Amino acid sequence: MPRSVLLPLLLLSILGSACSPGAPEPTPGKLTIFAAASLTEAFGEIGAAFEESHPGVSVTFNFAGSQQLRAQLEQGAQADVFASASPREMDKLAAQGFADPSKSEIFAQNRIVVVLAKGNAANITSLQGLARPGLRLVLAAEEVPAGEYARQVIDNLDKSVTSNGGTGYAQAVLANVVSSDESARQALSRVQLGEADAALVYASDAVSAPELPVLEIPAESNVIASYPAAPLATSKQRGLAEEFVAYLLTPKAQGILKNWGFAGKPQ
Amino acid sequence: MINWQPSIRMPRRPSASPTDWFIIIPALAIVFLLAAPLVALVWRGLSSAALSAALTPAALEALRLSIVTSCSALAVIVVLGTPLAFALAWWDFRGKRAIETLVDLPLVLPPSVAGLALLLAFGRQGLLGAPLAALGIGIPFTTFAVVLAQVFVSAPLFIRSARTGFAGLDVQVEEAALVEGASTWQLFSRVTMPLSQRALASGAILAFARAIGEFGATILFAGNLPGVTQTMPLAIYLGFETSLSMAVALSVVLVLVSVGLLWGLRRLERREQ
Repeated sequence: MPRSVLLPLLLLSILGSACSPGAPEPTPGKLTIFAAASLTEAFGEIGAAFEESHPGVSVTFNFAGSQQLRAQLEQGAQADVFASASPREMDKLAAQGFADPSKSEIFAQNRIVVVLAKGNAANITSLQGLARPGLRLVLAAEEVPAGEYARQVIDNLDKSVTSNGGTGYAQAVLANVVSSDESARQALSRVQLGEADAALVYASDAVSAPELPVLEIPAESNVIASYPAAPLATSKQRGLAEEFVAYLLTPKAQGILKNWGFAGKPQ
Repeated sequence: MINWQPSIRMPRRPSASPTDWFIIIPALAIVFLLAAPLVALVWRGLSSAALSAALTPAALEALRLSIVTSCSALAVIVVLGTPLAFALAWWDFRGKRAIETLVDLPLVLPPSVAGLALLLAFGRQGLLGAPLAALGIGIPFTTFAVVLAQVFVSAPLFIRSARTGFAGLDVQVEEAALVEGASTWQLFSRVTMPLSQRALASGAILAFARAIGEFGATILFAGNLPGVTQTMPLAIYLGFETSLSMAVALSVVLVLVSVGLLWGLRRLERREQ
């Protein structure tokens, strides 16, 4: 290869490393939904069902950490609906006028579970096992909802250990964290690949990886993650966006969400 | 290394005339496209919060880790890559073409592919990682994994440059050394290396620049943990979600480092001519 080919190659490789999903242009009948990564499978199905009941409408998704989606929307990304894994991200958007808080609906709930590597090579049999030195534990980053919930759960477990006369549970568990990933999904992938022994993820994530053993967290130590969805102020098809948010509360959509491990909308 | 001067010069007119618009307009358009984002970044970095205030301890930690890992990666690349470049420049052997292709491949592979490939090779369940794990050696989630990812993506830049430098030497000088009875080691260390200093230096600069910017392979293979595997590009990516001013400040630092490295490269090239 001649030397003159090298610079374009270098540029190509830099380009390759810098690519990120851009915001698609709005077209009539095309609905763009920014949704939390944990909704990937459920929303795939709901989107298909919505398209079926709304002929001529096509739904496209951008799945990522809620925080990242919020940042993209603040930087001018064009979308019609935002479905967040945490009310906080929705509130932040609404506070800046990007979403209408009065149109926001809590459409699903989720909880945290512990997933273990296939075959449970690390031989973890209880939540106490997460504190064992040398274990490789992965969490979502503190900055994303899944990571915040996971740390809350560890905190709650620490309190119950302390009330039973134990000490240093949270410290020992957090010392085992080998990566703080961008989303619970990424943390789950590391366990699926066998790189990590365990991860704290959403119950819905665990459903998408049925081959992995799951440790449940007692309800009194768990958290309830609420998922709000709202039409976005910049949407060029508010009517359709509002219809999609309303559709999330229908028995059809609620059924799909439950199949994927979510608890439905609050009663 | 990057040869901007054509070896056979075309006849040139002294300057462009207005009728050359079909050259000038597209050329200016692409210059604008390349310049605008960088100008915006530096502008935002210098005009918003003071750069030093945005460089939080976490940001400085990422900066430190980036420098340590990129320097380590460069050391590995130079020590192992120089002999390979020498072999490719001097010897003919079976499989040479295959090795040359292999060396070029990381340049065109998306870094995420590189990260996944590294994971499948050196991960705990990986081809080589599984036996290592049995010995109690785990590579993912360590600073060493960051270095490995950087070596994988940036070694080709050094090897190509060194090889081109070695191959471009005056054959007579080296033949004279061989006639005088020099061993391969003497030829390598006393003749080839000193005469190729500039090619080696420019290759090292390009490889370092690529290593310090490595992102995709690192986040997939090494994970993200401040102080251990969170290099500047990872801190910038996550900063986009949490602290934009920190992400902008680190980006400005990376742009300045890159400009400095390219400036050094141009100086090397100018001295060569």
